[in-house]
Amino acid sequence: MTPEETAEIRRRRKSRNIALALVLAFFVLLFYAITIARMG
Amino acid sequence: MSVMTATASATPLPAEWRDFFALTKPRVMSLVVFTGLCGLLAAPGNIHPVIGFTAILCIALGAGGSGALNMWLEADIDARMKRTEGRPIPSGRMRREDARDFGVMLAVASVGIMGVAVHWLAAGLLALSIVYYAVFYTLWLKPRTPQNIVIGGGAGAFPPLIGWVAVTGDITAMPLLLFAIIFLWTPPHFWALALFVKSDYANAGIPMLPVVRGERTTRRQILAYSVVLLPVTLAPWWIRGAGAVYGVSALALSLAFVALSVPVGLRTSTAADAMTPEKRLFKFSILYLFALFAALVADRMLVGAAA
Repeated sequence: MTPEETAEIRRRRKSRNIALALVLAFFVLLFYAITIARMG
Repeated sequence: MSVMTATASATPLPAEWRDFFALTKPRVMSLVVFTGLCGLLAAPGNIHPVIGFTAILCIALGAGGSGALNMWLEADIDARMKRTEGRPIPSGRMRREDARDFGVMLAVASVGIMGVAVHWLAAGLLALSIVYYAVFYTLWLKPRTPQNIVIGGGAGAFPPLIGWVAVTGDITAMPLLLFAIIFLWTPPHFWALALFVKSDYANAGIPMLPVVRGERTTRRQILAYSVVLLPVTLAPWWIRGAGAVYGVSALALSLAFVALSVPVGLRTSTAADAMTPEKRLFKFSILYLFALFAALVADRMLVGAAA
């Protein structure tokens, strides 16, 4: 595997991890909001 | 694109998040979200905004899961058609199994969250819609019958029903009528498009009506569905499920729909035909569905404001 390919894999992995972190953070907030709404 | 494809198929690069997003068929999802939201807003009763948002999110995630499962199952067919050959799997940007896993995850998560946070009946309908689209339509009927668009319309007809049930918790005549409206609207909408866009479904072995039964039959069926659609769109008014704002809008819109379907249904195209009536009907059919559902919501808002 060339250094360019390794760099490309790292770049893609990083962007996917950021996307996944944002999705997870969103669901944490959503479940918190759902809990509050269901208790009300 | 070709350079990208060659690179991707030569070395197994991990797919980008954009490719996962493309699996969810975002354009289809926008219509699903709109009709689901209209069902939710038009339903009698109140829903907490957070729970309502969650219901729409689950409908969108379920539709996205269906889209991903569809692309997983149809990767071979997609590779044989110009319109779909650039999708993540046939272009080599994503492994087929990744699409399957992503689709299953979205489907399971959407149904689970809908059940826990909103309502289990709505969750059951969402699960049914996903199975209907991915298994019943994609796997079984699409490759077998030229009526596949009619059956596929059923999958698109679920969102307003699910949105409505998320609020009321039961299935009554009104949400079933909303289901019937989209169900009957889909064939003339899609076949009008099929008449003027020369697709390569035949190459992919999918029996689309204009290819299998010919243009004449397709035109007759477009007209027939448009005529049947008219009384069905008025039914919510007759059963007093919606008021005059909706009734008058539905009458005007559906009469226009029939009026535009008549020339499409009765004429025969010539070589090098501009297909103007078909293009006009197709464009209007999109506006029609948005306007009809918007009228339903406006009707409910006005009744709510007056009460």
